[in-house]
Amino acid sequence: MSVARFWRKQINRYNIVGTHCKTCDTHYYPPRNVCPKCRRDGDIEAYKFAGPGKVVTYTIIHTAAEGFEMQAPYALAIIELDEGPRFTSQVVCDPKEVSIGMRVRPVFRKLGESGDKGMIYYGTKYVPDNDRN
Amino acid sequence: MSVGIVSYGAYIPKFRIKVEDIARVWGDDADILSAGLMVYEKSVPDLDEDTATIAVEAARSAVSRHNIDAKRIGAVYTGSESHPYAVKPTSTIVAEAIEATPALTAADFEFACKAGTAAMQACMGLVGSGMVDLGMAIGADVSQGAPGDALEYTAAAGGVSYIIGNKESEMIAVIEDTYSFTTDTPDFWRREGMPYPEHGGRFTGEPGYFKHVTGAANGLMEKMGTKPSDYDYAVFHQPNGKFPSRVAKMLGFTKEQIKPGLVVPWLGNTYSGSCMMGIAATLDQAKPGDRIFATAFGSGAGGDAFSFRVTDKIDEVRDAAPKVLDLLKDPVYMDYAMYAKHKGKIRLA
Ligand SMILES: [Zn+2]
Repeated sequence: MSVARFWRKQINRYNIVGTHCKTCDTHYYPPRNVCPKCRRDGDIEAYKFAGPGKVVTYTIIHTAAEGFEMQAPYALAIIELDEGPRFTSQVVCDPKEVSIGMRVRPVFRKLGESGDKGMIYYGTKYVPDNDRN
Repeated sequence: MSVGIVSYGAYIPKFRIKVEDIARVWGDDADILSAGLMVYEKSVPDLDEDTATIAVEAARSAVSRHNIDAKRIGAVYTGSESHPYAVKPTSTIVAEAIEATPALTAADFEFACKAGTAAMQACMGLVGSGMVDLGMAIGADVSQGAPGDALEYTAAAGGVSYIIGNKESEMIAVIEDTYSFTTDTPDFWRREGMPYPEHGGRFTGEPGYFKHVTGAANGLMEKMGTKPSDYDYAVFHQPNGKFPSRVAKMLGFTKEQIKPGLVVPWLGNTYSGSCMMGIAATLDQAKPGDRIFATAFGSGAGGDAFSFRVTDKIDEVRDAAPKVLDLLKDPVYMDYAMYAKHKGKIRLA
C-alpha cells in the first residue's frame, strides 16, 4: 500500500470512524459516501463507532503473508460492530481462545510495516472483551 | 497559577517472562538474581505493540478516566528511549488517535528514563502560563537489554499518560512544586542505529542514580521546606527494586511510604514509564489530602522531583479506568524462545 493511500484513510483506522445514513439509519464501516439503499435520498454523516462488537466467524492463519510470518498462527475474523457493520480484522489473542459470538473490543496496534526502512502502519485490531464474555 | 494532574492512564502489555526463565538460558542463578534485583518477572510487548501503541493506549485511558474533551489538549509530549521512528514523532500518532489534532503542539522527548517527567514539567509551564488549556505528558517504552546483559532481566514494556491542567476544580492532584538536578554523566547510552544500550557497569549506581535522585529530592524538600514525614507516599525511579528502596532509606522515607508505588518486582523497569507508573499506582489508592513525593531519574543524567497533594476529585475519577494493579493481574507467561520472538531477537532472513 502506498504511504498516501494509507494516510488518507488513517483516521478511519486509528478510530473506527465510518458513516451513518440518517434517512434509513444504516451505519457503514468502512465509510461510504453514498448510501447504497437510499442512493439520492440518502443523508450521510460521519460516525464514530463506540468500538465493541462480536466475532461472526473466523479462520486461523497458519501460513502468513510476507511481513506477518512472526505472528502466525493468528485469528482473522469477521467482526460485527454493535451498530451493525461487518469487516475483517485480526483478533489478537491465543487462536484457541477465539469463538463465534465472542465479544471483542478495539485496541491500537501495529497493522504492518514496509520493511525495515518504510513506514509503520498503525490502526485498530480487536481483543477478547473478557469483561463481557 | 496552580497546576496539577487532571487525569492519568496506564497501560501494561499482558505478557510476562519470569527472571528464572531468562536466567536458565544464560546459566545464571535465578534466586540470587531475583533477590539482588528484587525483580521476579517483567512485562513483554505483543508482536504488534511498540512505544506508539502503548502510548496511545495510556493516552486513551487518561482521556476516558476523566471524560476529557481531547480538543482541549493543546500539547502532546511523549518521552521514550524507544520511539519507533528515529525521525517522525510518536506524539503525532498519539494526538491523532485521541482526536486532539490539528490545533495543538506536539513533540517527542528523550532523556533516558526521565523523558516522561521532563514532558510533565514542560506541560506544567505551558498550562501554568496559560499558553494551552490542557497538556498531555506520556512516558512509554519497550526497552531492550542485549541478550545475556544484566539489563535483560529487567527491561520491560509499559506506558503512562498524565493530563496536566490549570483549573483547580478539575485537578485530582495539585503539583505543589518541582525541582530538577542535572549533570553530564555518561552512565548509560545508546548510539543512533544500535539496537541495545551500553552502560557503565558499576558506574551507573553511585554517580548516576543515587547522586541525581538525592540531589533532586533534597533540592525540592529544601526549596519547599518539607521533610519526608510530611508525605504519605513516595515514589522513586525503579530500574529494579533495590535502588528505590535504598534511596528511600538514604533520604529518610519509610518502606510503608514507597510500598504502593513500588511496582517493579512484578513489572520490571518500564524506563520512561517507571516513576510515572509508580505515581499512577499510588494515585490508584491515595485519599484526598494525601501528599505524594516522587523523583524520576534519567541516565545521562538527571533527577526530576515532584510534590503532589491529592484532591477530593480523585474519588470521582479513579475507578473510571484500569488501575495499575488491574493491569498487572492475570498475565500470560512466555518462555525465553517466545520472548525472543516477541522482542525481535529472532529475525527472518
Ligand atoms: Zn440510507
